Amino acid sequence: MFPGCGPSLYTVKAVLILDNDGDRLYAKYYGDGYPSVKEQKALEKNIFNKTHRTDSEIALLEGLTVVYKSNIDLFFYVIGSSHENELMLMAVLNCLFDSLSQMLRKNVERRALLENMEGLFLAVDEIVDGGVILESDPQQVVHRVALRGDDVPLTEQTVTQVRKSIRASLSAIKFKSSITLLTVKAH
Amino acid sequence: MIKKFDKKDEESGSGSNPFQHLEKSAVLQEARIFNETPINPRRCLHILTKIIYLLNQGEHFGTTEATEAFFAMTRLFQSNDQTLRRMCYLTIKEMANISEDVIIVTSSLTKDMTGKEDVYRGPAIRALCRITDSTMLQAIERYMKQAIVDKVPSVSSSALVSSLHMVKRSYDVVKRWVNEAQEAASSDNIMVQYHALGLLYHLRKNDRLAVTKMLNKFTKSGLKSPFAYCMLIRIASKLLDETEGGHDSPLFDFIESCLRNKNEMVVYEAASAIVHMPNCTARELAPAVSVLQLFCSSPKAALRYAAVRTLNKVAMKHPSAVTACNLDLENLITDSNRSIATLAITTLLKTGSESSVDRLMKQISSFVSEISDEFKVVVVQAISSLCQKYPRKHSVMMNFLSNMLRDDGGFEYKRAIVDCIISIIEENPESKETGLAHLCEFIEDCEHTVLATKILHLLGKEGPRTPQPSKYIRFIFNRVVLESEAVRAAAVSALAKFGAQNDDLLPSVLVLMQRCMMDSDDEVRDRATFYMNVLQQKQKALNAAYIFNGLSVSIPGLEKSLHQYTLEPSEKPFDMKSVPLATAPITEHKTGTTTCCRLICTGKLPEKLAPSRQDIYQEQLAAIPEFQALGPLFKSSEQVQLTEAETEYVVRCIKHTFARHMVFQFDCTNTLNDQLLQKVVVQMEPSESYEVTNYIPATSLPYSQPGSCYTLVQLPDDDPTAVSCTFSCTMKYLVKDCDPNTGEPDDDGYDDEYVLEDLEVTVADHIQKVLKANFGAAWEEVGDEFEKEETFALASVQTLDEAVGNIISFLGMQPCERSDKVPENKNSHVLFLAGVFRGCHDVLVRARLALADGVTMQVTVRSSEETVVDVILASVG
Repeated sequence: MFPGCGPSLYTVKAVLILDNDGDRLYAKYYGDGYPSVKEQKALEKNIFNKTHRTDSEIALLEGLTVVYKSNIDLFFYVIGSSHENELMLMAVLNCLFDSLSQMLRKNVERRALLENMEGLFLAVDEIVDGGVILESDPQQVVHRVALRGDDVPLTEQTVTQVRKSIRASLSAIKFKSSITLLTVKAH
Repeated sequence: MIKKFDKKDEESGSGSNPFQHLEKSAVLQEARIFNETPINPRRCLHILTKIIYLLNQGEHFGTTEATEAFFAMTRLFQSNDQTLRRMCYLTIKEMANISEDVIIVTSSLTKDMTGKEDVYRGPAIRALCRITDSTMLQAIERYMKQAIVDKVPSVSSSALVSSLHMVKRSYDVVKRWVNEAQEAASSDNIMVQYHALGLLYHLRKNDRLAVTKMLNKFTKSGLKSPFAYCMLIRIASKLLDETEGGHDSPLFDFIESCLRNKNEMVVYEAASAIVHMPNCTARELAPAVSVLQLFCSSPKAALRYAAVRTLNKVAMKHPSAVTACNLDLENLITDSNRSIATLAITTLLKTGSESSVDRLMKQISSFVSEISDEFKVVVVQAISSLCQKYPRKHSVMMNFLSNMLRDDGGFEYKRAIVDCIISIIEENPESKETGLAHLCEFIEDCEHTVLATKILHLLGKEGPRTPQPSKYIRFIFNRVVLESEAVRAAAVSALAKFGAQNDDLLPSVLVLMQRCMMDSDDEVRDRATFYMNVLQQKQKALNAAYIFNGLSVSIPGLEKSLHQYTLEPSEKPFDMKSVPLATAPITEHKTGTTTCCRLICTGKLPEKLAPSRQDIYQEQLAAIPEFQALGPLFKSSEQVQLTEAETEYVVRCIKHTFARHMVFQFDCTNTLNDQLLQKVVVQMEPSESYEVTNYIPATSLPYSQPGSCYTLVQLPDDDPTAVSCTFSCTMKYLVKDCDPNTGEPDDDGYDDEYVLEDLEVTVADHIQKVLKANFGAAWEEVGDEFEKEETFALASVQTLDEAVGNIISFLGMQPCERSDKVPENKNSHVLFLAGVFRGCHDVLVRARLALADGVTMQVTVRSSEETVVDVILASVG
């Protein structure tokens, strides 16, 4: 439909999270549009300057469509080509934000995010894979990230959870030996 | 999750970042605890997080340190902590390109991907495919096929998306999974369906029949996923575009039916697809436009943006189709999202009728001060195009622009306004005085040197021809007193033009010049002294040559010539005519000298300016020994096609004109993959007294590699009026059959020939276009010594526009003073043409045209050479 680019699943060019000063908290670029860190930082600076003062949610910058959302001291960006369906990018942004919101118990701010960086890494990994939208339903994402609820006492765990953890530890014992063998071989 | 380091941070304030002062070396040091037994999942997880955080910040990891950390990490597979395992997958993916021997984890990942733990399987597949190459892929092919049809959506999606990533590297393997992908496409899960459709399309996209079948199947059965619908719409519209399918095709019906989908994303995709289709009629656009209209009032900014952006596209081609949305668009002008507001305005300006312009402009002026420079430029551009559409509205626009000019703004913004005003002045003679007045006011307080000099140049060009030139002198001289060197110099040049054109102003200008000769800057003093002396001569010809139609030869050419001259010092003064004529150069030469100087062909200097097309040809031809004695290249024509499209051989010709010769360059392409052509020449039979003197063959012409052969023709010396000639052309060559695959030719070949279309040489090939900024002055400069006049009746031509176009293309001369634009509703018109005839003779043509039952044309030709005048008149007749 657009000259030069055939229909493709590759939708997202980058997912960014910046803080109040425009510094990078998280950045994942897909494809080779911005290969060097220098170019990436320049883009981030430009985007931040153009967006941090307004609370509108979409802009066109450097030939890219940028959808964004800010919350307290965080700025979330999803970037796609200017030919991309803006609503698809919006779906990714909403999914990312809602997933984090659930994982951080509605406490979406810089400090809470930094304390749960692994959760963020895993969530983005479940939402976008190499530029392809992998999942757009925040419930699914949260479920798949399955971040361990913080030290939930055994009594409060569900029966399935307990069963799962027991089974996991059993199987671990089984293939521990094989992995050790493997690493020895590697060295 | 409370971690030790957080406690310290709490004391140092809430703004701190626990990762802020991470040292790569310290983190890698910490990574040693990966080797401790038993594994402490909590600590290891935290260290992996730090590593990924550092990678994410763009920290560079060396191969050795990355490999070391990677191998340490592999030990963590022994732990059964879910999050830790998942972080291991991420680390594998992040390090896949940095670390060595990442394939060591293959068996662990294969185990996880086929294991019982669903949480691991999807991510394990994706990590595994990230580190797998084509050979390894075959080993896991069985598992991949199973995973694609797995009933757990995350597993199936992961397998499909990973397969898609690998299509680029291992198409042959992945294409064997089509059946599995097909099965996945009927999944109930919306994402699986989307990914399966994407993979299927990528595997089949080169097979149009398969794509058509797939489309038929899915458009009939329907889909669950809105994402998949969007993909399907894109595939359908691409197929429609490729097959040039009419809009009655079932594919178009499918796209149109998607306008009624309940998901906004799909509706928008369909509307956008319809809008982007070429040759869509207004009726077909209407449903798409009406859904976009609905979106305009959506509470979601992204949807409003998408809608107005697409409407803006529609407005470019079908402004009338968008008129229905004008009301909604006007509401968007005050949108808090500036991108939306600007797009709404520019769309409205495109669709608005002449009567609504005033109202719109008023609305914009209330709004323009609030938007950023970037958007202001967009608004100015929209106004600029509006001026071209409704020239009668120029006074409204001009007022608006001058107000904008007074506001604060950056350089880009001001430049856009100045450019817009200048273009209005050029389009509408009536607006000239108001426009110049606004610009004069602007340079009184202008901090941008580039703009000030540009405006001064314009004042110099247009000012002297206004009814009251004296009023501009004050503005210009103010610059001389107040500004920087560059602006002062430009002001001096502008002043000189007033002095040269207006006799009653000359004494005052001379007085002002005298003051400028005391300037502190060299350039300003030099210019003042030069103009002072020229003006004091009071000769029209000198004024024309040195003040109005200043030097503007091709700059790279001039640079080369001067360099060449300094390398070979000679007694003779430097001759301006030795500068090769570029695309539209001007050579102001002394009368009488007719000898052309040597060819300047050395390519030693690095080009500072991009060389023109002709400069490139000049270099190419000069490299051929046979052509070195021909002198400078005078003119190169556009390419002429000598074969039909899609024949065995494709031949295009470029005609290069020299002082006494012509070189025909034949660019030949052999489109037969089982033939090799050798010794290719194009034999030419002239109809007139032209003489073919030399053939330069193309030695070899393999399949699809273009080559050039040349034919040198001597122009008839005894009859200078013979400017047109028809050549019949035949391509002759030696054919050798060859193997289509290897290109290996047979030993012997046979001679063959191929008849090409005839090639015409016309008067236009002998004339180079030259722009005279001030035609009147140039006309006086050449003088009426060899003036001739004749009247012709152009019976076949019906309009003045057509006549003007015909004359320009026939003579190949440059229209001056914008005389190629015929004002509307006029019965007569004067066309001014300027050019240089082969041999460096200036030639000027004035054609008066009158419309009455066909067009009557009175042509007056002036030149420095009598034969040239005859040639032109003879060829017109």
